[in-house]
Amino acid sequence: MTTTTPIEEDGVTRRDFLYVAAGGLGAVGTAAAIWPFISQMNPSADVLALSSTEIDLEGIETGSEITAVWQGKPIFVRHRTEGEIEKADDVVVADLPDPEPDADRVIKPEWLIMVGICTHLGCVPLKEQGDYSGWFCPCHGSHYDTSGRIRKGPAPKNLVIPPYEFLDDTNIKIG
Amino acid sequence: MSFEPKNKAVKWVEDRLPITGMLHHALYEYPTPKNLSYWWTFGSLAGVMLVVQIVTGIVLAMHYTPHVDMAFESVEHIMRDVNFGWLLRYMHSNGASMFFIVVYLHIFRGMYYGSYKAPRELLWWLGLVIFLLMMATAFMGYVLPWGQMSFWGATVITNLFGALPIVGESIVSWLWGGFAIGNPTLNRFFSLHYLLPFVIVGVVILHIWALHTNGSNNPTGIEIKDKQDSIPFHPYYTVKDMFGLAIFLIFFSAFLFYAPNYMGHPDNYIPADPLVTPAHIVPEWYFLPFYAILRAVPDKLGGVLLMFGAIAVLFALPWLDKSRIKSARFRPIYKQLFWIFVADCILLTYIGGKPAEGAFIIWGRIGTVYYFVHILILLPLVGLFEKPKPLPASISEDVLSKSPKAEEASNA
Repeated sequence: MTTTTPIEEDGVTRRDFLYVAAGGLGAVGTAAAIWPFISQMNPSADVLALSSTEIDLEGIETGSEITAVWQGKPIFVRHRTEGEIEKADDVVVADLPDPEPDADRVIKPEWLIMVGICTHLGCVPLKEQGDYSGWFCPCHGSHYDTSGRIRKGPAPKNLVIPPYEFLDDTNIKIG
Repeated sequence: MSFEPKNKAVKWVEDRLPITGMLHHALYEYPTPKNLSYWWTFGSLAGVMLVVQIVTGIVLAMHYTPHVDMAFESVEHIMRDVNFGWLLRYMHSNGASMFFIVVYLHIFRGMYYGSYKAPRELLWWLGLVIFLLMMATAFMGYVLPWGQMSFWGATVITNLFGALPIVGESIVSWLWGGFAIGNPTLNRFFSLHYLLPFVIVGVVILHIWALHTNGSNNPTGIEIKDKQDSIPFHPYYTVKDMFGLAIFLIFFSAFLFYAPNYMGHPDNYIPADPLVTPAHIVPEWYFLPFYAILRAVPDKLGGVLLMFGAIAVLFALPWLDKSRIKSARFRPIYKQLFWIFVADCILLTYIGGKPAEGAFIIWGRIGTVYYFVHILILLPLVGLFEKPKPLPASISEDVLSKSPKAEEASNA
């Protein structure tokens, strides 16, 4: 039987080239067709639009705390006492699991504003509890101090500080 | 034994699509080892439970509303207002537990009798794939009533993926469709919870196909050698399976009618609140051993990897078990290790349901270490050093040696 396809010098035929080219284009086309089906699961435009929340701090007594909502997540707004601030400062930063001085976690030391979600698996920690009188997560036993820093337990990171700014003395905007 | 249809209409169809012949072969003449015990009933029970879950699920979906503002109330509507809604929902929620009970017994059966060994490795793999699909389906189904446990269970489990380095956070928000668990999450979980059972049906068909290619294992672990060793599936095992089903349905009904919430959690009758985590959140009982392994590790990524690893190592079982003997009946040391492993799984189940504190942490770690030591170290070593008991020559010889007549003869 004779072949009708001319064999080129290095043994690569025209047909081999067409196979690879068609297969390659098919793979790219398939990937492009799959992408919308993957991407539709990401946050939609209206979810992304809900990006900021304003909070009035007036009426939050020293030593008390409110929970606000930002992007569907609980936000702890705590009016810290002198004692709590002192306690947060009185640590060797380098020894912490996630070293961060208290000063880097606040704009005004008396206002501690954090995302109230445990950095382990997402539960909401309870206030004024745990070995460091800060927050304690009931799900898997993570202890946070009065600066919201992880001190003991499975959580890897400190409670997250959301982006926020003071609009005036008693109003903040988160996001 | 080929299938010869007598009915003309059946023959007409058979000549064009040999489906009757296929079913006849699979459910009627399929040569089955004649010594199968009731431990072999759990496969067909699992099949029955899959059908129960699909049928009850389809009718529940006719009354359920997948929206964060209405989901909880629509479930209460099913419980109070829909005709027989209480029955259908309790069948479905208890049915999930029943499905896992029979599947866990089915898996342990396979481990005791070495059913995963050559030539049944792919059969074992397909079974594990079904198990993984079942876990995903059950997890998403538990989220749908939108109670406190639904919400926080979903939060904890989806956050597991956040432990992955670099891509973790984007994967989690992709799963959620937002910055927290919310309506988009509920909608997609409903969609997938409806889809996955049909995917399971597909894999079950492959599982049965693989089973029928090499035939069922049996309590001796010896393959069928001649016609003496096997009996047709029908009527022998159809009847045996139906009797097993009747007993099992009594067990199912006991929960369904007398303790329908025994395996649930009261917190799931509180509507989901994204700002308050219940004091003690636990997954459903069938996830507890894996949850215990997750919590045994004081590191987030480590815990997640070990938990998934606990299932991943099961895929390697056919190669980790070095013994050529299948059945634990002839493996004196493995037989004991098997029961210690079962006890370890029960320990992990118990620990997974307890708060992570004090002695529970220590025992959780011991149980976790032993789980992996059994599979990764003891199993390969025992296969190399154990001296098995003498095997009978065939299934028939084994069965006959146990009949009372044979015993009398040997005593005489």
